[in-house]
Amino acid sequence: MTYLAKPKLHHPKLPVNRLGYTRRDYEGAVSTLCAGCGHDSISAAIVQACFELDLPPHRIAKLSGIGCSSKTPTYFLGNSHGFNSVHGRMPSVLTGANLANRELIYLGVSGDGDSASIGLGQFAHSMRRGVNMTYIVENNGVYGLTKGQFSATADKGSKSKRGAVNNDSAIDLVTLAIQLGAGFVGRGFSGDKAQLVPLIKAAIEYPGAAFIDCISPCIAFNNHAGSTKSFDYVRAHNEAVNRLDFIPAGGEITMQAAPGSLSEVPMPDGSVLRLRRLSEDHDPTDRTAALNYLRQREAQGEIVTGLLYLDPEPDDLHAHLHTVPAPLNRLGDAELCPGSAALERINAALR
Amino acid sequence: MSLKLERVNDFVVKFANVNGSGSASANELFARSILRMGVPVSPRNIFPSNIQGLPTWYEVRISEAGRLGCRGGVDLMVAMNPQTWTEDVAGIEPGGYLLYDSTKPLPPSQFREDVHVIGVPLTELCNSVYTDPRQRQLFKNILYVGVLSALLDIDVKEIERLVGEQYRGKDALIGPNLEALKLGRDYALSHFDCPIGLKVRRSKALGDRIFIDGNSAAALGCVYGGATVAAWYPITPSSSLAEAFGRYCGQYRVDPETGKNRYAIVQAEDELASIGMVIGAAWNGARAFTATSGPGISLMTEFLGLAYFAEIPAVIFDVQRGGPSTGMPTRTQQADVLACAYASHGDTKHVLLFPEDPRECFEFAARALDLADRLQTPVFVLSDLDIGMNERVCEPLGWDDSHRMDRGKVLGFEELESGKEFGRYLDVDGDGIPYRTYPGSHPARGAFFTRGTTKDRYARYSEEGPVYVDNMERLIKKFETAKSLLPQPEERRAERPARLGAIYYGSTSPAMLEALGALQSQGIALDLLRVRGFPFHERVAKFVAEHDEVFVVEQNRDGQLRVLLMNECGIDPAKLVPVLHYDGAPITARFIVREIAERASLARVTPLRKSTP
Repeated sequence: MTYLAKPKLHHPKLPVNRLGYTRRDYEGAVSTLCAGCGHDSISAAIVQACFELDLPPHRIAKLSGIGCSSKTPTYFLGNSHGFNSVHGRMPSVLTGANLANRELIYLGVSGDGDSASIGLGQFAHSMRRGVNMTYIVENNGVYGLTKGQFSATADKGSKSKRGAVNNDSAIDLVTLAIQLGAGFVGRGFSGDKAQLVPLIKAAIEYPGAAFIDCISPCIAFNNHAGSTKSFDYVRAHNEAVNRLDFIPAGGEITMQAAPGSLSEVPMPDGSVLRLRRLSEDHDPTDRTAALNYLRQREAQGEIVTGLLYLDPEPDDLHAHLHTVPAPLNRLGDAELCPGSAALERINAALR
Repeated sequence: MSLKLERVNDFVVKFANVNGSGSASANELFARSILRMGVPVSPRNIFPSNIQGLPTWYEVRISEAGRLGCRGGVDLMVAMNPQTWTEDVAGIEPGGYLLYDSTKPLPPSQFREDVHVIGVPLTELCNSVYTDPRQRQLFKNILYVGVLSALLDIDVKEIERLVGEQYRGKDALIGPNLEALKLGRDYALSHFDCPIGLKVRRSKALGDRIFIDGNSAAALGCVYGGATVAAWYPITPSSSLAEAFGRYCGQYRVDPETGKNRYAIVQAEDELASIGMVIGAAWNGARAFTATSGPGISLMTEFLGLAYFAEIPAVIFDVQRGGPSTGMPTRTQQADVLACAYASHGDTKHVLLFPEDPRECFEFAARALDLADRLQTPVFVLSDLDIGMNERVCEPLGWDDSHRMDRGKVLGFEELESGKEFGRYLDVDGDGIPYRTYPGSHPARGAFFTRGTTKDRYARYSEEGPVYVDNMERLIKKFETAKSLLPQPEERRAERPARLGAIYYGSTSPAMLEALGALQSQGIALDLLRVRGFPFHERVAKFVAEHDEVFVVEQNRDGQLRVLLMNECGIDPAKLVPVLHYDGAPITARFIVREIAERASLARVTPLRKSTP
C-alpha cells in the first residue's frame, strides 16, 4: 500500500472561503478505510468545519495515536503538519506540541481503543491540564485494524460480530471528560453531519480543552444486531439535546430560524455559541446538572448527543504555566541564555 | 594501643545518622567549612528509601591532593545511630577515631581496642541548654560540628560565617546555632587534647573550583542550552534535576517586563507522558528535555523508538541508580548503558553522553540540546546518583557568549518560499541528516506527515520493502556522522609504553585516576581512555588495538560498555577484561587497584612448561 494523492482538479465554481480556499484545499489523501466507514464522515466534517471557519490549513497541527481513527489525519488537511504517534499517547505529544507553539490550532484524533483502553491515562490527564485543543474520539466500540475485539467503550452486554458478549462495564468518555475538567464536552454521531460540523467548529474555537466523543459505527466489525454502536442502534437511540450554531467573532449569522428555545453563549474572543435547546432539561453550563442528565438519559437507554457541557470561563495550560505570549519555539539565544556574566556570579555563589 | 592515625588534609570522616533527624544540614556545614579553608572535599550521601527513621550516612573525604573518588574505609566515625553501631565501628581503619554520644554508658565490648574513642555527652549537654524536644534534636547535630571543629582544628570563624549565610533573613536562628556550636567546641577543647591526629590545615589547593551537584549543574546547562520545555515524573535520583531547572528558570527565564515565563515545566502523570511531551515539543521546534532514571527509561522505550525513526530531537537525562523497585534505587550504578543505547523495538541505536562530574553535566546538557537538534534524534546524558545527587568539587562552569544554539537543518518560510526542494527524509548533504520544517511555517509548502517507519524520502506513506531499507541505511549513515560530532574520548598515556590499557567513563573518573597513581607506584604501566560519547569515536577501537589487554572499568554487573564495545567495534571479547563494581556504593580506587594489580600480576606469571609444538 502506498500513498494515493487525490486529483487536484476541481470544479471552477466551487465556493471559496474568505481566505480564497475551496473545501478541496482542506482535504487530504484518499482514504484507505473501508467503504462506508463512519470515520470518513468525521473527516469530511472536519474538512467542512475548517473550511467554514476560514482557517489557514498550515496553522493547524493534527495529531493522532494508532488505529483506524488515528489513520484518518492523512485523509484531511493535507497542507497541515500531521503526527501519527504512539498507541494511546497522542495527548502527551499534543500537549508538548502545544507548549512549544501556542499559536497553532491543535486537533487530536483518536479512537476508543486509543483513548479509553491503552490511552485512558493520557486522555484523562490532558483533560485535567486544560490543553487548548480539539480532541475527537471516533468511537466505534471495537478494534478495527486488529479485526473486531471489544474496546473499553463497548457497552456491557453488547455482542461482537462473532457472537461473544462483552461482560465489562463501558467507559463513558464524555462523563469522564466533564468530571476531569474539560471546558467543552460534546457528543456527535458520524451519521449526523448537520449536528457534527458546528460542534467541531465550536470546539476548535474554544480556548481550552474541548472534547468530542463521536459515535462512528464500524461497518466491518460492529454494525450488526446486538451491537450498541451500529448505525441502526444509534439512529434509534439518539437523543439530541441541542442543535448548535457557531458564530465566529465578527462573522455573519447564517443560522436558520430555530425551533425551541435559544440561548447564546458568548466566548472570550467575541464569538458566540448559539444553542437551540431540544431538551429543556439540559443546561450545558452546569457541570453537575450535565452529569445528572447524562446518567438519567443513559438509564433510559438513550445516547445523548449535542453540546453536553461548556465552561463559559475557559482557561488553559499556558495560563496555568504563565508562559509568555510568544511561542516558546521562537525564542532565541538572547531571550533564553543568561550569558557568561551571570554564570560567573553563579560560580561565585558556589564557592 | 600503638597505632594512631596522623594525617593532615587527607582523611575520611563518616557520619552515621538517623534519616529525618536534621543531620543533613549540619553535616553539609561541616563539609563546607573545610572547603572554605581551601581544602577539597568530596561528600557522599548514602541514604535509604525512606523519609524518617532509617539509617543514613554522610561520608566526607578530605583530600588536599583533590582525590574526589570514594576511598573506602573511615578514619573518623561520628556514630550517631545506635541501630548501625556495630557495622559503623567495624568500618573504622585501625588507629582511627570514634566520636559518639556518651550520655548513656556503653559496655567495653561495644568498642574496639585499636580505635581511639572520643565520648561526648551530646544529649546531656543539649538537654541542659534546650527544653524544646525539636531543638534538642536539631542542635545536637550542630553540637557535634562544634566538637569536630575543635578535634580537627577547623577554623570556627568559617563555620560561623556559613551559619550566617545559611540563615540570612532568619536572623533569630543564627544565635542559637552559634551557641550550640560553641557549646560543643568548648567541651572538646576542655576535655580532649585537640587537635587529634587528624587535622585540617588551610590550603590553596581548592583554587577557584566550585562545589555543586551534577543535577543542578545539568539543569543549569539546560537553561544555558535554551531548553524551553521540560516534562518529567518524580523519580530518585533524577527529581532534583527537574526541580533545579524550575528554580533556575525562576531566576533567569522570567520576562522582566511582563513577569511571564520563557519556559514550561510539566510534571507529567508518568514517564510515558513525559517523553511524549518532549517529543511533541521538539517536533514543534522547541528545545525539550526530560529527566529520569532506569525505570523511567523502561517506560519511555516505545516512544524513544518512534523518535529515532521519525527523527525527532529529544534530550533525556538518565541519572542512573541500582535496579528496579525500591531500596537499591537510592544507591548508585551505571547499569542503564545498554538499555539506553538500544532502547526500543525495531533496529534502534541512540546517542549517549557520559559526563564525569557536575561541570560536564552542565556542558553536556547544553551540548546534548545542540546535538539532538543537529542529529534529529534522542540524545541521552547518562550520569548517576553519585555525581547527580552529591555535591562535588569541580572546575567553574564556563560559557562562551559567542555560542549560538545549533538548531540543525531546518527550512523556514524563506527557504520554502524560494522553492528549495523539501523531502523530510531526503539526504541532501550526504551526511544522513535530512532537513525538517516546523509546523505552521509556510501556507503551501513544507507540511508533511510524521510517522514511524512507513514512509518514503518525501514522508509519503509507503509499505514497500526497498523504501524501508533505503531509510534504514540512511539512519545508519546519520549514526556514523554522529561520531565526529560527539565529545571525543580523553586519553592519558603512561610514561613508558604500556601493554595494558583501561577504559572507563562517567563517575568512575576520580577513582580511576587515583588508582592510576597507585598502580604506577606498583610498577604497573597503564594507558587510560575515558569514553565520553556513544557511538564510539574511532580512537576507541584504535586504543584497544594498541594494547594486549584492556580493562573496562564499570559500575554494573554485566560489563555493559564492554558489550557495547564488542558489539559496535567488533572487538575480541578476550581482549576486554571486565572490572566491575556494582554493590550500590560508588567504585573506589582501592577496588580498581586490587582488581587490576591482581590480574596484571597473573598475566606476568611465566608458564612452568612451555607448550610443545
